[in-house]
Amino acid sequence: MREDAKAMSCEDFQNQLAEWVGSSERPAPHPHLQHCARCRALLADLEKIAEAARELFPVTDPPDRLWEQIESAIRRESSSATAD
Amino acid sequence: MSHLRSGAHSPAPVDPVEAALLSRAQTGDQLAFGQLYSLHKKRIYSLCLRMAGDTAEAEDLTQEIFLQLHRKISTFRGDAAFSTWLHRLAVNVVLMQLRKKGLAITPMDETAQNAQEGKSSSPLSFQDLTLTGSIDRLTLERAIGDLAAGYRIIFVLHDIEGYEHSEIAAMLDCSVGNCKSQLHKARLKLRAALRGLSLQETRS
Repeated sequence: MREDAKAMSCEDFQNQLAEWVGSSERPAPHPHLQHCARCRALLADLEKIAEAARELFPVTDPPDRLWEQIESAIRRESSSATAD
Repeated sequence: MSHLRSGAHSPAPVDPVEAALLSRAQTGDQLAFGQLYSLHKKRIYSLCLRMAGDTAEAEDLTQEIFLQLHRKISTFRGDAAFSTWLHRLAVNVVLMQLRKKGLAITPMDETAQNAQEGKSSSPLSFQDLTLTGSIDRLTLERAIGDLAAGYRIIFVLHDIEGYEHSEIAAMLDCSVGNCKSQLHKARLKLRAALRGLSLQETRS
């Protein structure tokens, strides 16, 4: 491990987190994490959030009346196009 | 793509049923168009709900997306999977409508953002608590819905829908660096919100 990476400040480390979280390209374990509990906790939380987000799938159906509204709007558009 | 979802962005195998419906809808068959709506309504409405954070707005957006689809369906040439094409159309409609409403969806540059939020760019302060256990779906959906529009859109597009930073930057007309920075802040805000919700539940 490089000595400069080990001495990295929390700010520098956190600036790189945007790249690493949710990415498979993160070199692990980063030396800064070995001596910084706060950044370890932050990274663990952010990865947990990114992982939970990846598991969110489309779950909600629109109300049935929405199709009726869309159909009406299409009919209005079609009839005004015909009138033109 | 950082990850793939339900074939929305990847070249999915062509579903012969959908291909037949699409072909009929392109020649003006309204019944076929209605069946295409049934196949895609859940995914499109969920996208709208997450990006807009509001059910009435999501319904309006879904309606506008399928109206646009009806106008443009004859121009679909099959260069990408239909679901990918429709998804991109949907994102563009949502962004356009949110812009029309004057919502700040394009990330500000760092200086302006820090000034507006009254923060420096120094490392964030931490509480001792960290998130414990798994994050349940409803809690996460609620926290995402509570994010400011700019943060919510980047988080939804990248972490849920799987768009790359370069794609999002092009959609939002901002730099890739700015997009990454905004996503990081969105995740930090979600972390803070999830901690708050977790504490509320513990106390109640």
